[in-house]
Amino acid sequence: MVGSLADGVQQLVAGLGGADLVEITLLSLGVSGVATAISLLIGLPLGTWLALSRFRSRGLVVSVVNTGMALPPVVVGLFVAFLLWRSGPLGDLGLIYSPSAMVIAEVIIATPVILGLTVAALGQLDPRLRLQLMGLGASRWQTVWWLWREARLPLLAALMAGFGSVISEVGAAMMVGGNILHQTRVLTTAIVLEVGRGEFEKAVGLGIVLLALAFAVNGILTWAQQRGPGRQDASR
Amino acid sequence: MTTSASDATVAGGAMPALVELRDAVVVRGARPVLTIDGLAVADGTTLALVGPNGAGKSTLLLALASLLRLARGSLTFRGATVGRGTELAYRRHIGLVLPDPLLLDTSVFANVAAGLRFRGVPSAAAWPQVTAWLDRLGVAHLRDRPARQISSGEAQRVSLARALVLEPDLLLLDEPFASVDAATRGRLLDDLEGLLRETRVACVIVTHDLDEAVRLGDRMAVLVGGRIRQADTPEQVLAAPLDEDVAAFVGAETRLRGRVISSEEGIAVVDVGGMHVEAVSALAPGRDVLCCLRPEDVTLWSSGSRDMPSTVASSARNQVRGRVSRMVTQGSLVRVSVDTGSTLVASITRASAADLGLAEGAAVLATFKASAVHLIPLAS
Repeated sequence: MVGSLADGVQQLVAGLGGADLVEITLLSLGVSGVATAISLLIGLPLGTWLALSRFRSRGLVVSVVNTGMALPPVVVGLFVAFLLWRSGPLGDLGLIYSPSAMVIAEVIIATPVILGLTVAALGQLDPRLRLQLMGLGASRWQTVWWLWREARLPLLAALMAGFGSVISEVGAAMMVGGNILHQTRVLTTAIVLEVGRGEFEKAVGLGIVLLALAFAVNGILTWAQQRGPGRQDASR
Repeated sequence: MTTSASDATVAGGAMPALVELRDAVVVRGARPVLTIDGLAVADGTTLALVGPNGAGKSTLLLALASLLRLARGSLTFRGATVGRGTELAYRRHIGLVLPDPLLLDTSVFANVAAGLRFRGVPSAAAWPQVTAWLDRLGVAHLRDRPARQISSGEAQRVSLARALVLEPDLLLLDEPFASVDAATRGRLLDDLEGLLRETRVACVIVTHDLDEAVRLGDRMAVLVGGRIRQADTPEQVLAAPLDEDVAAFVGAETRLRGRVISSEEGIAVVDVGGMHVEAVSALAPGRDVLCCLRPEDVTLWSSGSRDMPSTVASSARNQVRGRVSRMVTQGSLVRVSVDTGSTLVASITRASAADLGLAEGAAVLATFKASAVHLIPLAS
C-alpha cells in the first residue's frame, strides 16, 4: 500500500519534470511563507492595538479591516502591477515579475486576514482579563503577552487563514509574478498554465502537491495549537 | 518649616493614608459615574464598600487599583500621587481579586505564580511562596491541574492565593465570593476573615452583602449613585444612617415620614400621620424627619393573648396596635408587615410566629424601644 503510493508519487514527480517541481514547490512555500510572516508582523501588533484600544472611529476601522479580508486577489494584483510596472510610480525598483512583487501582493492579501482575525481573537477574551492581569502587576508588554497566550488558539487560526489565503492564490501571483519558469512560477500559476495547455494530468498532479503542502503546513500549526504551551507550565 | 509641618502631623496623629482618592471623578461617555470627594484607607484596616447594584462599587475599586483613568482628582499611595509613569510601580503594591476568578489557561501553580513572574521573581524563589499560599487556601492538591478544570469555589481560592502570594500592601477584592455557592461562601468568608486578621493587610472589599461587610469591615462606605453617602464604622452606619437611601440599604425597612412635635430629656416625639413615635434624639420640635426602624428591633405581641391585655409591661416606649397585612418566610425568620395606619415591618422567628398564632389579618401589638428608632432630619 505504502509502496504503491510512493511509486505513484515518484511517477508523478518524474512526469512533472523532477527538479522543476521541487523548485516550483519551494518557491510557492517560500513566497507564501515570507508573505505570511510579514503579514503576521504587521497584523498581530496592529490587531492587538485595535482590539485593546477604544477610540471614536474604531468601529469604522474594524469594518474597513473586515472588508479588507475579502479583497479580491486579482484586484490586489492589478493594484500592485500598476505600482510596480516599469513606467509606474515604483517602476524604478524593477520589481515587476519578481518573487518580491509576489510577496508584496500577498502581504496585501494576507495582512487584513491576520489583522481582522487577531481583533476577533482578542475580542473573544473576557475584557476584565486585561484588568486582572494589570491588577496583578503585569506591565503593558506582559499583559499583551498573556492575552496572546490566552487567545493562542484563535490566533493560530488567524495565522493559518493568512497562509491559506496566499498559498492558494493565483490571480495576483500571475499578474505581478508573470509565471516565469525558474523565476516566478509557483504551484498555482503552473496549474493554470498546464490546464491552458491541455495537460490535465500534470495539472492534477500539481494540484495534489499544492493540497499536500497546504495540508502539511496547517497540520503542523494545528499540532502546535492542540499541544499548546500549557503543558510546559504544568510540568514545571 | 518642614519640621513644624511634620510636627503638626505627628501632633494631629494623622499618618498619611495608605491609599487615598481625592476629588476623583470617573466619566463614562460624558456622564460622571463616580464622584468621590475623599476616600482613604489606613494601613492594616479593611474598608467594606457596599451599595445597591450599579452604585459604582466596582468602578471605585478599579479606580483604587489605578485601572481607570480619573477625569479629575488624584489617587495617592503613601502620600505620593499615582499617575503616568508610576502606575505600574503602584500596581505592584496591590493584589486584585475580581468577582469571577479569571484564571489563566495554564496550571493552578502557574496561575498563583503569575504575579511573582511579572515582578521578575526567579522561579526558585517563587516556588516556596506559591506552595505555601496554595496550602494556606487549601488548594495545594490542585497545583498541577489545569486551572480550567477546577470548580468555581476552588478557582476563587486560587484567585485569592494569586493575590495574597504577592504579599500586597493593599488587597482589593470585588465581590470575591459572587461565583460560589452558599456553603463554600461561608467557608471562604471564615478563611478570609482569618487571613485579614493574621496578615494585617489593608483591604478594600466590595460586597452587596451587608453581613459580609459588617463582619470584615473596620469601616464601611455606602455608595449610592456614584457617590459615597456615608463612611463610618459598620455599627454606626447600621445604627445611624445619614439618609433614606443608606437607611434602606442597611436594612431599616420601616421608614416613616413625620414631624417632631415635642422634645424632652433627649426623647423626641414624632407625629407620623396621627401615630406618635418616641425616639432618642435631640432634634427640636417642628423638624420634618424620617423615622427608621430595623425589623429585628420590633417585637410583636398577640393582641388576643391574656397576659398582654392592652399595653405591655416592657421597657419599650413605643406600643402600636395594628393588623398583620403580609407575612413572608425567609429561612428561619418571618418578615411581618403590620398595618398601623402606616406600615411597620417586623422580623421574628418562625417559632414565635407560630406561638403567637400569627396570620394575615390578625390583630397584633407592635413594640419597639425609643433607642431603636433613628431619626433622619429631612430638608423641609
